[in-house]
Amino acid sequence: MEFILAKYNYWIYIAIMMIGFYAMIASNNLIKKIIGMNIFQTAVFLFYISIGKVDGGTAPIIWDKAVRYDNPLPHVLILTAIVVSVSTTAVAFAIIAGIYKKFGTIEEDKIIELKKKDAEEAAEKS
Amino acid sequence: MIDLFLLLLLALTALAAVHVRDLLASGIMLSAYSLLMALVWVNLNAVDVAFTEASVGAGITTVLLIAALSRTRRREEAPRGYGRLLAALIVVLTGAVLVYGTVDMPAYGDPHAPAYTHVVPRYIEKSDEETGVINMVTALLASYRGYDTLGETTVIFTAGASLVLLLRRKKKEDDE
Amino acid sequence: MVAENIIRRVVTRIMVPFIQLYALYVIVHGDSGPGGGFQGGVILGASIILYTIIFGRRAARKRLPVLAGDIFSSVGVLIYAGVGIACLFFGGNYLQYNVLPFHSPHLAGHMGIFFIEIGVGVTVAAVMASIYFEMSNVDRGKQEADED
Repeated sequence: MEFILAKYNYWIYIAIMMIGFYAMIASNNLIKKIIGMNIFQTAVFLFYISIGKVDGGTAPIIWDKAVRYDNPLPHVLILTAIVVSVSTTAVAFAIIAGIYKKFGTIEEDKIIELKKKDAEEAAEKS
Repeated sequence: MIDLFLLLLLALTALAAVHVRDLLASGIMLSAYSLLMALVWVNLNAVDVAFTEASVGAGITTVLLIAALSRTRRREEAPRGYGRLLAALIVVLTGAVLVYGTVDMPAYGDPHAPAYTHVVPRYIEKSDEETGVINMVTALLASYRGYDTLGETTVIFTAGASLVLLLRRKKKEDDE
Repeated sequence: MVAENIIRRVVTRIMVPFIQLYALYVIVHGDSGPGGGFQGGVILGASIILYTIIFGRRAARKRLPVLAGDIFSSVGVLIYAGVGIACLFFGGNYLQYNVLPFHSPHLAGHMGIFFIEIGVGVTVAAVMASIYFEMSNVDRGKQEADED
């Protein structure tokens, strides 16, 4: 029972990560894949920050009533990671807008069929 | 108790965002997910990260998603094929491997964990004398690890530049 | 059409200056509480996005021209890297703030962090606004693309 109490929140974080991972690999729609990527990324950040928490620690801002501070180093790394995540999402949406303009659809299997048809027509012409 | 309640609500919101096929509703669920994530981080005493996630996740990502939806279709089509069973199998296997990996990890909140005893005591004790800044996260970001923050700013600048290159169209001149 | 929109316009016109003032507060007070350059920059960018959503792209483009958005996103990175190079000129390593010519090395450390946060805030705000402008630039047939 102590084992479960010590580790249960890691397991919930892994469950959220797997929900995002499933959306990334199982859906055909490109925007749903990006939504899944976002869920996966934020769950990984949650996992990382939970490593930094210590029992009885307060926020890492210097305060005279504090006995122990939380670990500030994961916060720093995750701040940079959140920034990189939003940049990646923005560029991904721009590429998806370009794909829709060219192919007329954003479902992945239809795009693969259209590309095969284009490749066959180009091979016939040349 | 409150963190267990928040985490279960978080998992439910993530599940709803993935399951719904109207992408606008999915985007709004993603925004609610970001807000709940910010609350979970405040509960874990990570105030700077919660501030960033609330402003970036619940603000910018939602607006970008709605703008992207205005350029493409709003509804997702019905799922086809048997790829989803294979995907579910892979996901369950990966989850099982990760859970097996957490067996070795130190207990949650352990003050003798290696993450807390290697290089962090120096940062916690000396950051006030060496930099004079009382927010340890800002002291680490801007002073001890300032080079990483330069890289982060360059990443944002590159994202802005790539969007301009991908999507900007010039006004068509009449005499071209 | 203006009568429908009037509540949104009036409320936005009142709110946007306060949002921008709060963003400036968050950037400058990054070292004594939660906040910092990145968070304040995102709030500033969000205020520009709010103005664009309510008042339309043309009115927002009059207030923030394309060239200004591009220049501001580069100037922030330039400020950041420039502080590092200025530290090289005064004899220290790259981004070693305590050699900058202020009253004392302690004050020089604070001022170095201050300029860096301003640089990050400016870049992030300009890039967030520019990303939204580019993404919402939808060509609907007769409607013109972005007019400078």
